[in-house]
Amino acid sequence: MTLAAATELAAATNENLANISNTLIYSAMAVYTLAFFAYIAEWLFGSRSKVGRTAAALTARTAAKTAPAVTVQKAGGTAVLERPEVVVRAVSGARDVPDGPGAHGGDEQGDLYGRIAISLTVLAFLIEFGGVLARAFSVQRAPWGNMYEFNITFSTVAVGVYLSLLALKKNVRWLGLFLTTTVLLDLGLAVTVLYTASDQLVPALHSYWLYIHVSTAIFCGAVFYVGAVGTILYLFKDSYESKLASGGKPGKFANSVLDRLPSAASLDKLSYRVNAAVFPLWTFTIIAGAIWAGDAWGRYWGWDPKETWSFITWVAYAGYLHARATAGWKGRKAAYLALIAFACWLFNYYGVNLFVSGKHSYAGV
Amino acid sequence: MSKSTISTASGDTPAATPDEQDLGAAGSQLSTAPAETLMGGPALGVIGWARWLWRQLTSMRVALLLLLLLALGAIPGSLIPQSGTDATKVADFEKNHPTLAPIYDKLGLFHVYSSVWFSAVYILLFVSLIGCIVPRTWQFVGQLRGRPPAAPKRLTRLPAYTTWRTRAEPEEVREAALALLKKRRFRAHAVGDAVAAEKGYLREVGNLAFHIALIVMLVAFAWGQLFKMEGNKLIVEGDGFSNTLTQYDDFKSGTLFSTDDLEPFSFTLKDFTGTYEASGPNRGTPRIYRAAVTYSEGAYGKDRQTLIEPNHPLDIGDSKVYLTAHGYAPVVTVRDGKGNVVYQDAVPLLPLDSNVTSSGVIKVYDGYRNAKGVSEQLGIQAFLLPTYVPGNEVSSAFPALLNPVLNLQPYHGDLGVNSGIPQSVYQLDKSHMKGFKDAKGLQTRENLKPGETMALPNGAGSITYEGTKEWANFQITRQPASGWALAGALTAIFGLAASLFIQRRRVWVRAVRGADGVTVVEMAGLGRSESAKVPEELGDLAGILYDQAPGAPDPEDDPAASPDPQAVPAEGAEK
Ligand code: HEM
Repeated sequence: MTLAAATELAAATNENLANISNTLIYSAMAVYTLAFFAYIAEWLFGSRSKVGRTAAALTARTAAKTAPAVTVQKAGGTAVLERPEVVVRAVSGARDVPDGPGAHGGDEQGDLYGRIAISLTVLAFLIEFGGVLARAFSVQRAPWGNMYEFNITFSTVAVGVYLSLLALKKNVRWLGLFLTTTVLLDLGLAVTVLYTASDQLVPALHSYWLYIHVSTAIFCGAVFYVGAVGTILYLFKDSYESKLASGGKPGKFANSVLDRLPSAASLDKLSYRVNAAVFPLWTFTIIAGAIWAGDAWGRYWGWDPKETWSFITWVAYAGYLHARATAGWKGRKAAYLALIAFACWLFNYYGVNLFVSGKHSYAGV
Repeated sequence: MSKSTISTASGDTPAATPDEQDLGAAGSQLSTAPAETLMGGPALGVIGWARWLWRQLTSMRVALLLLLLLALGAIPGSLIPQSGTDATKVADFEKNHPTLAPIYDKLGLFHVYSSVWFSAVYILLFVSLIGCIVPRTWQFVGQLRGRPPAAPKRLTRLPAYTTWRTRAEPEEVREAALALLKKRRFRAHAVGDAVAAEKGYLREVGNLAFHIALIVMLVAFAWGQLFKMEGNKLIVEGDGFSNTLTQYDDFKSGTLFSTDDLEPFSFTLKDFTGTYEASGPNRGTPRIYRAAVTYSEGAYGKDRQTLIEPNHPLDIGDSKVYLTAHGYAPVVTVRDGKGNVVYQDAVPLLPLDSNVTSSGVIKVYDGYRNAKGVSEQLGIQAFLLPTYVPGNEVSSAFPALLNPVLNLQPYHGDLGVNSGIPQSVYQLDKSHMKGFKDAKGLQTRENLKPGETMALPNGAGSITYEGTKEWANFQITRQPASGWALAGALTAIFGLAASLFIQRRRVWVRAVRGADGVTVVEMAGLGRSESAKVPEELGDLAGILYDQAPGAPDPEDDPAASPDPQAVPAEGAEK
């Protein structure tokens, strides 16, 4: 083995592209910050309008004790007028609360700021995406070799999931403020504590399983994150609704903020769907990891801390899915489980990478 | 009272309302989840108790509890060192925590995943799982052999509902509905004045397949643990290995493994290549490790060439050969006082740090005679810096062999190999050895570059550093049933996807002649959980059926025209 061979093989890192990537990440942070303020403005302006839909619905209902409300939709699409109407009944016993109007609360100026915020989010997303790509080109591999790279990819994917849901016309616009806040935290951590100069991979990470296993892991994390935000807001909104339904008077802040969110039932459904949709992929991620471990370390499962916490996360989410099919565990208890499961995911990422030593030692910090 | 097993998706759902009980059989068995019977105490008697325990164990509530216990139980193993993965760390822990360690040991916390309590949790979980799968499978088979339940009396009570009046004959409408639903791959049949249809059985198939796959995975994992083997062999470039027990440096196997299971194969390490980042902040980070080997399968197999790298083990039959470590082996020649070569070999040294500063011992057991002609043994402490930078005598500056320097410290006497205590080849037991002393009475010690020779004092011979070979450590493993584990895992994923993404739902179409002679069509849909898809699909079906049985003008007092859904046209129709 000669020096020439060593330098020749190790020289590929492209400093220039790495610098471009860093600049793009910092620019994305700046734009996310602007978006963050625009979302704040949206919420502030939105607080001017007194909607009180939830209260109206719940008090009307307790007063009249009517049967569950119904909604009506045209059969076979809206175009054909004379077709029969489909009557949709809420499941009896469920609270029947309309979804809130969103952060802007119907206020025009609020809505405008909200739109500006989303445009800025799209812009920041594109810039950040460029940053991740530049990083990938500078190291000539998938940009998933250390925690800095995980973090920038993770937030890009989380924002991507949010924008895709928006593009699919899902009622998720209200997520914006919570999302940009955490994205800024995530990127802040990435560029300060976790920063690692761009570099090639150590031999143990040279495998196409890196692409499969790590990309799905990051994607699952981003989606679980969206689910967790939905779950937290569900818990708030649910206690707000219970309070109203039992004749209580929630505080001014709760009235103003929570009323603008979708109903507890919608939030719960959203987070369930999101978690359930990604659970099979998380299962796949763990299995792909096991196959890789079989190739790399000679055993497919060895209770390494990372493996153990992936397993714990998996079991916790399985518990959540079971809880929803178990009488007495639906609703709030299941939601707590979902949050515990996400906490496990977070610990698996930050906790295990930084504080527990194992075979998965590539934090790069 | 019939037990409805429809799940609802929303927050706090109180017990079934009178409304839901109306659905009766129509809403039942949309899944095979066990009904949550809130049982009181058990009936008296041993059998009563046993039955009560069994029901508890196989209830969803207990399954959930066991799942949470399993997750909780797995945590300590990730935070406390485990003897299975890192025995030295456990030893360190025991030294540092003299009071805590025995308690941990008693609780099995140093081997959580094979401890009694952890095993108890997962065995209970899997008993529960089997106890859950068997009745659910029978129930599901029953559902498949039976037919979708007849339409409930009041279709208006269902989550999605639509109705219209038509001039078409009721039989015509029902026939058209039956054909339409069958075309949409519903299982449909006509009962009485209505058509009953159901779809989405794959959901249940997927759910059962998933849970069964979990059992397959567990059994495969256990099987693998019992019959596995794992051994290590360090090989210097040019040397070979054949797969017999005696050749291994260390060897572990599962309780049921027998040495007859060792597959016959052999291989030779021809060349090892390691490259490292040469500059930048990650200077010295490994880039490529590659072992070029020649191997042959069976006793008289043909020689074949291959490369073994991290992530790319060599597969031979059921065995896999992994590259797990590498280091340097300086080639050393030792001569006695008369100039006879008494030792010439490559001596593997152990790496001490990431720059592969290495240490070890050259042991000359026999053949050496000192200057007086007396037979003695030699032990030479060796210390290799692959990249020596003047000024730093104790550690290498780079992992590759850029400027290798071998530091040697020779001793003579008795190596103590006959004492019966097993010795590490990398350590020197100096209790019966004396150092070679220089003129000032100090221990001789010399830095050699490749090709250089150090003379032992007083004509006691010489040691030559000829050059450096590399060694590689190979781990040879066999983990049977891993194919089964993989098959189980893949089944689990597909089963899970089917179970989570497929909706099981029912549709009923009732067509009867009303009091005024006009046919009233009613359609209703019911899903396992509240979902926007069910009304959408119902609207879709209704649209198609409406085209075949177009609407008739409403009479003045037609209740169907009323916006109040509580005014039920079906009741009029039923008379
Ligand atoms: C190893 C432990 C287990 C794991 C990881 C697991 C996982 C899961 C998952 C992820 C689901 C979600 C699928 C869905 O929502 O339809 C599910 C559903 C289900 N599981 Fe398990 N399970 C386990 C053990 C059990 C046991 C012991 C039972 C029986 C008591 C059981 C009964 C069920 C039932 C009935 C469903 C379907 C619920 C429904 O129809 O809504 N599972 N399981």
